[in-house]
Amino acid sequence: MIKTLAKSIREYKTPSILSPIFVSFEVILECLMPLVIVWFLDALEDWHTIEEGRVMEVILVYGGALLGMAVLSLAAGMLSGRFAARASAGFAKNLRKDMYYAIQDYSFANIDRFSTSSLVTRQTTDVTNVQMAYMMIIRVAIRCPFMLIFSLVMSFTVNVPISFVFLALVPLLAAVLVFVIFKTHPIFERVFHKYDNMNRSVREDIKGIRVVKSFVREDFEKKKFEAASEDVCKDFTLAERIMAVNTPTMQFCIWLAFLLIFLLAAIITGQAVEANKVELAVTGPDLTALIMYASQILSAVMQLSMVLVMIIIARTSAERIVAVLNEKSSITSPENAVSEVKDGDIVFDNVSFKYSKDAERFALEGVNLHIKSGQTIGILGGTGSSKSTLVNLIPRLYDVTEGAVYVGGVNVKDYDLDALRNKVAMVLQKNVLFSGTIKENLRWGKEDATDDEMLRVCKLACADDFIQSFPDKYDTYIEQGGTNVSGGQKQRLCIARALLKDPKVLILDDSTSAVDTKTDAMIRRSFREQIPNVTKIIIAQRVSSVQDADQIIVMDGGRINAVGTHEELLASNAIYREVYYSQNKIGNAGAADAAEGGAAHA
Amino acid sequence: MRKVNNAAAQRPKMHSFRLLGRLLSYLFHYYKGRLIAVFICIAATAAAGISSSVFLQLVLARVITPLTEEGAAWADVSGDLFWIIFGMGAMYVVALAASVFYNQTMAVVTQGFLRHVRNDMFSEMQSLPIRYFDTHTHGDIMSVYTNDTDALRQLISMSIPQVFYSIIAAVTLLVIMLMNSVWLMLVVLLGVAVMAMVSKFVGSRSARYFIKQQEVIGKTEGYIEEMMGGQKVIKVFCHEEQAKRDFDKINDDLCDATDKANAYGNILMPAVMNIGHFMFVITAIVAGLFIMFEVPNLTILGWKGRFGASVMMVGLVATFLNMSRQFSLNIGQVSMQINSVVMGLAGAGRIFELLDEKPETDDGYVTLVNADIAPDGTITESAERTGKWAWKHPHQADGTVTYTELKGDIRLFDVDFGYVPEKIVLHNITIYAKPGQKIAFVGATGAGKTTITNLLNRFYDIADGKIRYDGININKIKKADLRRSMGIVLQDTNLFTGTIMENIRYGKLDATDEECIEAAKLANAHDFITRLPDGYNTVLRHEASNLSQGQRQLISIARAAVADPPVMILDEATSSIDTRTEALVQKGMDALMRGRTVFVIAHRLSTIQNSDAIMVLDHGRIIERGSHEQLIEQRGTYYQLYTGAFELE
Repeated sequence: MIKTLAKSIREYKTPSILSPIFVSFEVILECLMPLVIVWFLDALEDWHTIEEGRVMEVILVYGGALLGMAVLSLAAGMLSGRFAARASAGFAKNLRKDMYYAIQDYSFANIDRFSTSSLVTRQTTDVTNVQMAYMMIIRVAIRCPFMLIFSLVMSFTVNVPISFVFLALVPLLAAVLVFVIFKTHPIFERVFHKYDNMNRSVREDIKGIRVVKSFVREDFEKKKFEAASEDVCKDFTLAERIMAVNTPTMQFCIWLAFLLIFLLAAIITGQAVEANKVELAVTGPDLTALIMYASQILSAVMQLSMVLVMIIIARTSAERIVAVLNEKSSITSPENAVSEVKDGDIVFDNVSFKYSKDAERFALEGVNLHIKSGQTIGILGGTGSSKSTLVNLIPRLYDVTEGAVYVGGVNVKDYDLDALRNKVAMVLQKNVLFSGTIKENLRWGKEDATDDEMLRVCKLACADDFIQSFPDKYDTYIEQGGTNVSGGQKQRLCIARALLKDPKVLILDDSTSAVDTKTDAMIRRSFREQIPNVTKIIIAQRVSSVQDADQIIVMDGGRINAVGTHEELLASNAIYREVYYSQNKIGNAGAADAAEGGAAHA
Repeated sequence: MRKVNNAAAQRPKMHSFRLLGRLLSYLFHYYKGRLIAVFICIAATAAAGISSSVFLQLVLARVITPLTEEGAAWADVSGDLFWIIFGMGAMYVVALAASVFYNQTMAVVTQGFLRHVRNDMFSEMQSLPIRYFDTHTHGDIMSVYTNDTDALRQLISMSIPQVFYSIIAAVTLLVIMLMNSVWLMLVVLLGVAVMAMVSKFVGSRSARYFIKQQEVIGKTEGYIEEMMGGQKVIKVFCHEEQAKRDFDKINDDLCDATDKANAYGNILMPAVMNIGHFMFVITAIVAGLFIMFEVPNLTILGWKGRFGASVMMVGLVATFLNMSRQFSLNIGQVSMQINSVVMGLAGAGRIFELLDEKPETDDGYVTLVNADIAPDGTITESAERTGKWAWKHPHQADGTVTYTELKGDIRLFDVDFGYVPEKIVLHNITIYAKPGQKIAFVGATGAGKTTITNLLNRFYDIADGKIRYDGININKIKKADLRRSMGIVLQDTNLFTGTIMENIRYGKLDATDEECIEAAKLANAHDFITRLPDGYNTVLRHEASNLSQGQRQLISIARAAVADPPVMILDEATSSIDTRTEALVQKGMDALMRGRTVFVIAHRLSTIQNSDAIMVLDHGRIIERGSHEQLIEQRGTYYQLYTGAFELE
């Protein structure tokens, strides 16, 4: 896991290394300073032995040294902070980039495996967690052990017996902190789940507020929420109370250290005096230094525990990030790929397909088809009959499990992916427009499309009329998700966008469901007249959308139930007949007639 | 209606101090006694922590110096030592107890307070008018519950105690310093002033960049969300390379913002720490000067010897050193809290904004009661459920009460309405719906179909005209009772997490299982529910994504059916269902509609052909009305819609 993550450090290696180096400088200086202070105070203590007038000199020498060290330590501290920020921000940037790039290379099968919201969380919250942990590691995690060791060493140089107090207290504090971490971690894991529950209850209430108010369920909702909030509160309180042991423990250790230092210092001095070895006595400056080291040592242990918590939190996030990075795209272009699609001739040769290897059922089974270049094919079938699955295999959005699909006489697996998909244009069922102007959205089909080209495809898709009716015409801004155009307009823009690719095969996956029948008919007519050589495959719910196709494929339960023209199927196929009559019985008979009439007049 | 993206940006910001004051009084409202105890304990702990330096001085003066300098024997000082250590120990024990108490109490208070805040917000939110939800994005409201409440947690559990601790510590330090040397205290104070300025400078920049970073994160998240949602389109258009290029730009911006925010955040601590060192050096130099010139020492207790002439010199300087260090540590701690204070207060501001929203007003006094209806038509109120309902109408003038049977007769007279007063979106709407009739609305998006239904159950109040329900002006009816008498089925089914049974029971909380199953049968939902592995106990999760849209709609119809209201509103209930499933749903709806007054809005005209009256709406006006046959006859807009010459969007 760490190996995978470390690959994303790249150009930020320098700051990542510089930061701990400067941290070490800072620590060394910080540990030396108490020592200099001790010397300084020692000198001051003996001030009356110093020659008259040299007191100031002593002060300036030591003061100057301290000042110099403080400046250096400040510089080192700031630089390490600066580099740590740069390194962690850069690392996070690269992580996001690597994930995003990896996702761009995902096949549909890969995309299906992660939900959209989880991909978003992984690129945002999870990266932030790892970033924080990384910054802590290169800064605090280096600083604390250094601080601990240096301070210990220094304190031993000041006074050996008293320093053993620290050696005893460090494990005590560490033990309590580790205990707290391991005690609270499972509670936090559990409580986040409950926290989600609570938030879901809010979200459902906000979303369904009309239902809540219509049924006058405000009090019911309140009770539901309060139960969830009580639940969260209980666990969080428990966790916080365990964590609240930290501060008093730290205080206990540090105060105990003070007590022992004072006591030992007095005893040692007493013994030294009695043994007439005054040089062994603990002086005031020594005491001051030891107290400083005591705080430094214990706060280092405390900070180290905070880093540990950060790392534990980040671990789950890191795992989720690595899962995205390590996901191998299941579909890639082959070597020596064919880069030209000859024509729109499509063959399904005994094709079977499963969405995953372990799936019990085939989504498609035993499909044999030959669609000639330039034909118009309609596909009809109920929900779950694998209509979309069938067409997804043509631009190789998924790979067949058995059999083969040929476009222009070549197996789709032998094509360069971009070449294939640029010639097999697909208008997806769940289609999206992106925030940006209409022009920008259209240019997805062709980056350097001219205004004339755009006008042509929009006319083809019957989109020009309504675009012209907007005040900003082709420069109209489309909101995220295309919320400011109607469903039918959105679908027509999506068709135009696909047409701009100048494809050899055009697949419309239920792409005119929100378009009125008359416009629908006009679009099909302009297809017939203006792009006769393009193979057109139309999946539809409405019989009227496919009944004039050269061939209509009726799908049922992952198999081809029948293929034929409208008349043939009406005469021979039960499913087709049922759909046709159900739609016409409930009122589209007139609609279909009028649509045909309208098309004829136009 | 446009959603207001950032409600906070539209209002004048509450002043930080007033905000803090309000937050504290809110906190005190719930936890007054405990908080006072907490503050006392914090004060005790802080004072104990600081006074270590006093004990240091004492040990030096009474024990170490006599031993080393004055030739005292161990026996002479051991008594003093015992009392010093004993006093220290006793103080620490008390302080430790105080610390345990306040830390534990704060844990309870913080979480308890957050629970109160959440419950208060939710309770307030339940009372808000629909207008609030229509003018705020759901994401913004959610974020008050998540981000803003989290920020508040930081503020209350960490920042407030920390700042209070530091203030007490600083005051204690000042007192101790005053007792030792006024001159040196002034030097330290000077250093503190510089430190405070630096902290404020770096801290406020850090906070500013952190807020900026939040903004950029929001933007990046929005972008990533859009791209991830459209990932399949990107693949189909081979748009990967450009998607990468666009992403890099935004990603670089975020990196930049994060870098700056953290850089300032990281600089703060070393800066404050080292200013502490500078302070020490300056103190030492000043002390040296004082020693040289034997400056008389001033303390709060009066003149106390001269610098240099006193043997206490070293102890004094050592003490000051320790104290200047403590001072800088405390200021450092406070400045570390700047970010969380700024974010916490911003969160508190948004929380108060939600709490300050005006609740829905309700001046209605006509209530819905169970009724016994005698054969002669006289109505008497009943305490039990009778299956019959009546409007109880108290007349203020003469104190009498009249009862009107609930029938479901709804009439609109010349109703005008606008979401904002200056823009009227409905004009002169007049509709008579007799009990049991089916009234349909047809028209383009924005024509005002849903708006009319919003007026019937008083989600919004009309601007002009009158709506009468069984002859009673609906403004006189208590909103809860008015709404209880109307069922609603929307395109967006809005099922809740829970079992199917619970979801159906939502329509009538005291419904028995049998009643719920009856309702499901009526709605044509029983069959598919019993075919699910867990039947009625199937748990719906993730907005019921384990069911198809049609199945969800059937459950929402069953939910309305179990409520059994005399009036139903069906708003686009079948529009996102494919035609084969629609037939099934349609049967359920037809069963539900029988014998009720129904207002129906439908995308597919087939759904509404058999209505008693169809209203064709255009730009807030009824432009055609009549039965299906009459409207076809007229060859107007309805005819064109019906024949597919227009698209209905």
